Amino acid sequence: MKHLLSTRDLSREDAIQLLDIAEDMAAVNEREVKKLPALRGKTIVNLFFEDSTRTRISFEAAEKRLSADVINFAAKGSSVSKGESLKDTTQTLAAMGIDAVVIRHGASGAPQVLAHSGWIDAPVINAGDGTHEHPTQALLDAFTMRRRLHGAGSRGKGLDGVSVTIVGDILHSRVARSNIWLLQTLGAHVQLVSSPTLLPSAVDTWPVTVSYDLDEALASTAPDVVMMLRIQQERMKDAFFPNEREYSNLWGLTAERFLSLPEKTMVMHPGPMNRGLEISSLAADSPQSTVLDQVANGVSVRMAALYMVLTGEREVSHD
Amino acid sequence: MTNPTLLVQGATLADGTQADILVKGTQVIEVGMGLSAAGAQKIDAQGLIALPGLVDLHTHLREPGFEQSETVLTGTQAAALGGFTSVFAMANTQPIADTAGVVEQVLRLGDEAGYATVRPIGAVTKGLEGTQLAELGAMAHSRAQVRVFSDDGKCVSDPLIMRRALEYVKTFGGVIAQHAQEPRLTIDAQMNEGEVSARLGLAGWPAVAEESIIARDVLLAEHVGSRLHICHLSTAGSVDVIRWAKKRGINVTAEVTPHHLLLTDERAESFDARFKVNPPLRRSEDVHALREALADGTIDIVATDHAPHPVETKECEWGAAAFGMVGLESALAVVQTTMVETGMMNWADVARVLSEAPARIGGLTSHGHKIAAGIQAELVLVDPTAQRTFGVEDLASLSHNSPYLGIDLMGQVVATIHQGYLTADNRTVIDAEIVAARAVEVLRG
Repeated sequence: MKHLLSTRDLSREDAIQLLDIAEDMAAVNEREVKKLPALRGKTIVNLFFEDSTRTRISFEAAEKRLSADVINFAAKGSSVSKGESLKDTTQTLAAMGIDAVVIRHGASGAPQVLAHSGWIDAPVINAGDGTHEHPTQALLDAFTMRRRLHGAGSRGKGLDGVSVTIVGDILHSRVARSNIWLLQTLGAHVQLVSSPTLLPSAVDTWPVTVSYDLDEALASTAPDVVMMLRIQQERMKDAFFPNEREYSNLWGLTAERFLSLPEKTMVMHPGPMNRGLEISSLAADSPQSTVLDQVANGVSVRMAALYMVLTGEREVSHD
Repeated sequence: MTNPTLLVQGATLADGTQADILVKGTQVIEVGMGLSAAGAQKIDAQGLIALPGLVDLHTHLREPGFEQSETVLTGTQAAALGGFTSVFAMANTQPIADTAGVVEQVLRLGDEAGYATVRPIGAVTKGLEGTQLAELGAMAHSRAQVRVFSDDGKCVSDPLIMRRALEYVKTFGGVIAQHAQEPRLTIDAQMNEGEVSARLGLAGWPAVAEESIIARDVLLAEHVGSRLHICHLSTAGSVDVIRWAKKRGINVTAEVTPHHLLLTDERAESFDARFKVNPPLRRSEDVHALREALADGTIDIVATDHAPHPVETKECEWGAAAFGMVGLESALAVVQTTMVETGMMNWADVARVLSEAPARIGGLTSHGHKIAAGIQAELVLVDPTAQRTFGVEDLASLSHNSPYLGIDLMGQVVATIHQGYLTADNRTVIDAEIVAARAVEVLRG
């Protein structure tokens, strides 16, 4: 695996391998000394053209636990705000001698352009691009599901037969896209629930079932996983929905809806949450919620991704 | 010194017959077998097709204002290499071509360069802002004799302004060339809205945003009895609307670009911004509908929408990249590849859609005539057997944003004759000094 750009081109074998390595990394994260020497002497740049404290510190923690040297480049206040191009910024960093790039960008496809441009030779990891993909988020979600379902026996397993309902703004969600492709690869059944305005017009070409009615969708499938997506409040201005209250009534995981779910159902959210809008506090803070597990697992999964692209190895060699 | 007499020997005409063509001064003076003329420069056209010089109703020459992308000189050199002897230059320059002064400047630059007849297109609205009519009459009555008006790049979206513009240009037999794009339905749009845009997470440009404007405008044209031209038609639904309008007798003409005849939105999967264009590349169903509509005459012409951009505006992330692609040098080969090689059109059809019909729509009486004694010598010689992997060396434009680089195309322009002199020969552009001197000779008479 040279780069990690999307989950769509990730094979089942590679995906499960990565999740298994993440299990090893999780074991490291449970030790007193949370550190491996695997990437000692490697320099990784976190190239963030878009604000994201959560994803950036998750990558930074992963890099440091693998003993890499870390450079954080936030476009805000950097030369990018003075109009430097992606090409020039990247070549500048390449000239400083870096071994991998973790990129977050507001434009869909920017990591792919970077990886195939010839401007830089280093592996590229997509930390979220526009409304395209966010592959490490989908991998950490899959890792979280697998651990909750199989515990210590997770290694080597996919998510065959697991039913996942993703609710919210699918149209603008890179998290949803990456999850849909990865979950399909791992054998899960995906159902999308949203307002028709927040679904792509060509959603019928995706390997999913679609519903506009959250109550009906939850009652008929009793899903293993409900994944709530963050709703951007400014969408109201563009007439995607009338107001917050109506959105919450129709597509929010309200306390009442949460209580109607079977106890086995995991409640996931990629964060940051709008409590009271797409998710009620009762759901977010319940034992069924995996929100904090997702954050913890994010570090393990990102360690695994960095390890795979930078060492090219498929197993962790223990020191 | 007068320009050399040219004797084109053994060319195949659009109707399939073989003939020699004798060019003296600016005219074709004789067409027939076994012609001879003492002292004439002979051009061996065995195996080559001779067509009337191509006419592009939709070119961006970028001058004045964007000379880092293209100039009138380099743009018309690209035209000559592609077999064009006339180009209609779009109005979105800086300053915008919304006054007589600007269109006369573009006309003069074209005349001086000498590669092609440059006909400026005037803006419909002042500053392309869509709110106030530009000085349409002043441009029509200037030396540039503007007859085609367009806000291309922007849609004349206000229905009242569109109605008034359609009515007003009847004064001097003008035509409004509409860039059909409902702006509210295409905010931040990046590519065709469909399966590929959904997957790539790029904001969609839905077909209905084009089709709804075309439907509105054909009805407006019918209501006020005016002539309407639709730029770069790109969807199967637009074809249906135009077919309906023509059947109803509405005075509308339509164009398609070469890239919409060949390429589909799947090209965006690479996020290679050379494939970013407005209107966007569509589905393969649309490509097939456009080919059929061009073959059956629903679509009248092929026009390039040649849109040069400097490298830095394409070598970047898709969302930040400029819309547009160069097309003058490749247009004829793309039409041969998509329409002739597939058996959907013959060479007489090619002459119709790339020369005769665009000249008539643009009111260009000197061009677009079947090759015969007495016409102005505007000719192109094409090698239909040439097979190329299209490359940068096939471009004469100042900009290299061609979507065809690395793509196999059939057919190549060998020589182009404008006003009786060669502007391209041996598959290359003739030097600028020579062409400019020839143009001066023509002016002297």
